[in-house]
Amino acid sequence: MSIISEKIKKTHAYPALLMGVVSLLVCSLLLITHQLTAQPIADRQREDLSKLLNQVLPVEAYDNQPLDQRYQEEFEGQSYLFYRARMQQKVSAIIIFTSTSGYSGEISLLVAIKADGSLSGVRVLSHTETPGLGDKIELAKSDWILSFAGLSLTLPDLTGWAVKKDGGEFDAFTGATITPRAVVKGVHKTLQLFQDNRAFFLEQQTDPQASSSPLETQHSEHIIKDALVDLTEYRKQRSYYAEL
Amino acid sequence: MQSYNYKEIFNNNLWVNNVVFAQMLALCPLLAVTSGATNGLGLGLITTAVMILSSLLISLIRPLLTPQVRIPIFILLIAALVTIADLAMNAWLHELHKVLGLFIPLIVTNCAILGRAESYASKNPWFPAVFDGFTTGLGFTFALVVLGGFREVVGSGTLFANASLLLGDSFSMIELTLIPDYRGMLLVVLPSGGFIMLGVLLAGKRLLDKAKVKESSHCSVE
Repeated sequence: MSIISEKIKKTHAYPALLMGVVSLLVCSLLLITHQLTAQPIADRQREDLSKLLNQVLPVEAYDNQPLDQRYQEEFEGQSYLFYRARMQQKVSAIIIFTSTSGYSGEISLLVAIKADGSLSGVRVLSHTETPGLGDKIELAKSDWILSFAGLSLTLPDLTGWAVKKDGGEFDAFTGATITPRAVVKGVHKTLQLFQDNRAFFLEQQTDPQASSSPLETQHSEHIIKDALVDLTEYRKQRSYYAEL
Repeated sequence: MQSYNYKEIFNNNLWVNNVVFAQMLALCPLLAVTSGATNGLGLGLITTAVMILSSLLISLIRPLLTPQVRIPIFILLIAALVTIADLAMNAWLHELHKVLGLFIPLIVTNCAILGRAESYASKNPWFPAVFDGFTTGLGFTFALVVLGGFREVVGSGTLFANASLLLGDSFSMIELTLIPDYRGMLLVVLPSGGFIMLGVLLAGKRLLDKAKVKESSHCSVE
């Protein structure tokens, strides 16, 4: 019972043709599936993100749709993704993606900072720490990560921003000091970054569009350049006014 | 026309020639996933689905295949099926995908699927091939759940933790905490513990089989 005679199968071209046809079919099948699933997947991811957002930032803290516009900005050679939550047009909090290196790889964090510079919430997005020891930074395993809410650069002070073993205020886990130390450091670094670029993050300027470069406009480079020039100008002005 | 003894296929694939406990295949996804019974069950079920489909496809295109390119074609088909399963789950079974998403690409590296494609599906008509894929998948799921459950009980004192994430809220009652306030045994949760536990289970299976043989020979002497 053979559809194709043995004679054709024996030719050199047959295996190559067969391979080609199968590859073509498989590729088109994958393309169709991708087309069909792209939108639902994007929707689901957005739902995930907004759930995550509600974990670190209470709904009362903003009245816009922060996820509609994503921003990206480079600080000290590292690129950061963040969202701005607004209340009556003014930025009330920022939600920034950051990472810190833990015991066995990157720990990526989501940090929400209120306009006054205090932490609204921190969550660990992904990590590869030792299960059973370092994974207590996950909310599912321990509520340690909740202890960051409400803290700021001044509460506790600089020496307090360390694990207890290093003389700071944060608990470390039994058998895992490096992991919580890394998270504490990462959160502190993010707070510092916010403090240093406060005006930029909060868009404290008359024209909100000029101070930042939303991702959507990234293809048109000149807009970004203009925005950056504006930003440096703006920072100069800020420091000038501050001196006054 | 060849006749198929489905009972024998079933018995063979589930116990006698179990992919994990007898053939020692598919150990890479096995050890990565079986830190808990729930993960094991999830990966087992997806693998079974992929196995049924790949067996079906491969036995259908069987008359077209030539020996030179059969393996690349098997791999292409299996990889495509896994990718489609990954995308479809991400879109329509998103919660489940969040739990198992990391492990789905591991199915491609599962030599058990390729093994069945090569040794069974490419030589048999579609119905026996599908049945073979199904039972092999069940055998794999069984191995994953047993090893996962074993590691979970010894390693963290629970059984089927987070099962409701996988199966829906109605299954939350199978989430058991067998040893309350258990401090956990880290070694068993780590991959090396997986190897040790697998060894223990393999020894257990051998003992069982030996006991069975003894029993039957005992009967025949009488």
